[in-house]
Amino acid sequence: MLGEGILKGLTETARNFLGSYVNKDRLTTVQFPEERLPQIEATRDFPFLVYDGSDWQAGLRCVSCQICEKECPPKCIYIEKSKDKKPDVTGKLQFYPTTFDIDISVCMSCQICVEVCPFDAIKMNVEFEMSSEDRFGGLLLRKEQLAKSNEYYNKIHPTEAAAVDAALAEERAKVEAKARQAAEAKAATPAPVAAPVAGETK
Amino acid sequence: MTISFLLLAAITITGTAAAMSLKNLVHCVLALTLGLVGLAALYLRLGAQFVGFTQILVYVGAVAILAAFAIMMTRSAEPSELSRSSSIRFSGTLIALMVFAVLAWAICSGTSALQVPGPQPEASVHQIGLALMHLFVLPLEVIGILLTAALIGAGVLAMDETRRAQ
Amino acid sequence: MPEMIDQIFVLLKHWLMAYVPGTLQPIASAVLSVVPVLIAFPLLFAITTVLERKGLGRMQNRYGPNRVGPFGILQPMADGIKSLTKEDIIPRTADQAVHFLAPVMLVIASFLVYAVLPIGKNMVIANLNTGVLFFFAVGSMVELSVFMAGWSSRSKYSLLGAMRAIAQMISYEMPLVLASVVVIMAAGSLSTVTIVNMQASYTRIWPHWYVFTPWGLTGFVLFMIAATAESNRCPFDMPEGESEIIAGYYIEYSGFKFALFFLGEYLGMFATSAMAITLFLGGWAAPFSFLTWIPSYVWFFAKLLTIIMAFIWIRGTLPRLRMDQLMNFAWKFMLPLSLINIVGAGVWHFMPAGFARWLIVSLLVVVSCALLSRGLRRGKSFYVRTYRFAS
Repeated sequence: MLGEGILKGLTETARNFLGSYVNKDRLTTVQFPEERLPQIEATRDFPFLVYDGSDWQAGLRCVSCQICEKECPPKCIYIEKSKDKKPDVTGKLQFYPTTFDIDISVCMSCQICVEVCPFDAIKMNVEFEMSSEDRFGGLLLRKEQLAKSNEYYNKIHPTEAAAVDAALAEERAKVEAKARQAAEAKAATPAPVAAPVAGETK
Repeated sequence: MTISFLLLAAITITGTAAAMSLKNLVHCVLALTLGLVGLAALYLRLGAQFVGFTQILVYVGAVAILAAFAIMMTRSAEPSELSRSSSIRFSGTLIALMVFAVLAWAICSGTSALQVPGPQPEASVHQIGLALMHLFVLPLEVIGILLTAALIGAGVLAMDETRRAQ
Repeated sequence: MPEMIDQIFVLLKHWLMAYVPGTLQPIASAVLSVVPVLIAFPLLFAITTVLERKGLGRMQNRYGPNRVGPFGILQPMADGIKSLTKEDIIPRTADQAVHFLAPVMLVIASFLVYAVLPIGKNMVIANLNTGVLFFFAVGSMVELSVFMAGWSSRSKYSLLGAMRAIAQMISYEMPLVLASVVVIMAAGSLSTVTIVNMQASYTRIWPHWYVFTPWGLTGFVLFMIAATAESNRCPFDMPEGESEIIAGYYIEYSGFKFALFFLGEYLGMFATSAMAITLFLGGWAAPFSFLTWIPSYVWFFAKLLTIIMAFIWIRGTLPRLRMDQLMNFAWKFMLPLSLINIVGAGVWHFMPAGFARWLIVSLLVVVSCALLSRGLRRGKSFYVRTYRFAS
């Protein structure tokens, strides 16, 4: 019959209309500032710098190798390498960035900086409410704004951070083991060498 | 010769004059529409509501649009070289003058020049309807048949080429 | 007392007129009649926009606007401020004068038609003998302004939109006028006031609305379909289909001129709805004789809002029609049916009152409707479409 489909459609929309007042489950909209959906773990937007320990200046993992600066497709990273070296968390002497700026108005969240970083020093953040009245200065993040603790990283990306921590610990253990081996070797080798010397001296 | 009449006459004449003199053809159509609206307003001022509104309905609503479409579909809106040639302008002026002379003569020698204030003709919609249905029923029917034929003709012209071939 | 509340605006006007010196009387009378209409209907426009957005939202299981003010009722104010403060851009190649005149003319034409719509008892700006004709005559000026807007923008989209809009408006104006002819035949008058007065009487409690006759119902349905097409609303919103030609003929407008187009469109919709009320639904008359104590203007606006709701409901339900479907529907279904409906109204007029004329006219309308709908569907086979020019 002519108009049958129209009537069917009209009843469907009427059911939606009335149902949305009765049944709250129908409304899928999340009223954003008041309610928030739990964040998906893989969420990412802009990069940040990870530091270990409690002091961000001392614990920064970044050694200013500038790979991320070179790889960044839109060139939003600016790094100035230090002249001197400072000990990092493990106590090894390393270069460190005197300046580390990311212009997030240019950043396209591609995560390439994270992929290329050999020191797991740069990771992706999840903070997105970053609107600012100052469109140039406000969106240019300095080193102190970028630095976030490893605990924070563990909080926002638990799985990934655990993997990174494990890998780092493994590496450190390996380094330590090697160092210990070297030390042991060092400790062991002088003895036979020293003996003849001692013998010589004897 | 009241102010309202002068104003409406000025609008009508401006519109029609602009329709003749403007370069852009679509502008000409719009100006002509203004002239037709002015004419409709003059009808209304004379108390002929039905004629006035029909004028707007037919001329502004249909004829002006039709003219605009015809212009847009047949040629570009830019002025052609032809419209500037002087011989056409001359003959056009001549024809206009001749038409004006004939009309002026007809009006001056007609009954309206006698200045007899006849009884105000009462032209309500009711009477127009009655007149159309009694006195002028044959012309009305003839026009109806003509328009129906035109409608069918337009339908045939617009029909699918493939279907017409069958 | 109900009588006084009913006539309160008329009495108010008379009371105010007493303070106006004699020479200014005509102007003051006109101003006092026009200004309330100029306030009431844009206000209704504002209310309708927010109702429409909320209603559509609910039909799609969304909330709709709910941020500005309680439940989002101040949304139209925010929209108004936004469109006022936006930059008014005129394309460089546009025809400046025509580009400016088009929205102005649209709004003027949309407002002019309210002159003959009786909003309440004794509440009409101008009681013209040819009111219905005036309505359609001024309504046809909208087409011209659409053409002006589309052409002057010098944009392909707006020209396409204007072409579509005009083709559609001209096609649907025919059934619109022919559907209202039945009422003019029955009332024997072109005056809107007379038409409403004819319907404002009752047998027992039932009103004499024209919609309660077979030809009146058919006329009303045809009128509403044609009115939807005339006001370019869904499902006939092809001239401004957002997904294909963005906004059609007013794509090149921005800022307040864009808002004017919106206003003009909604005013046109209200006007045609109000005309449908006047012609078929008894205008300001109450639906039952025992409800006449409620003021007439309340009934008018209640009916108007009901029709607007129906428009919104249909917009939330139906998809857009294709051009050929649109034209086929107008010329092969609506036009013949409205012509047959006129015949039906004539038969009704000349037959003695009773069951027989009900049966005959209803049969005439239903059978022809069924046959025409069969005709619409005939020759329709579903197949994979081939595009002649694309391959």
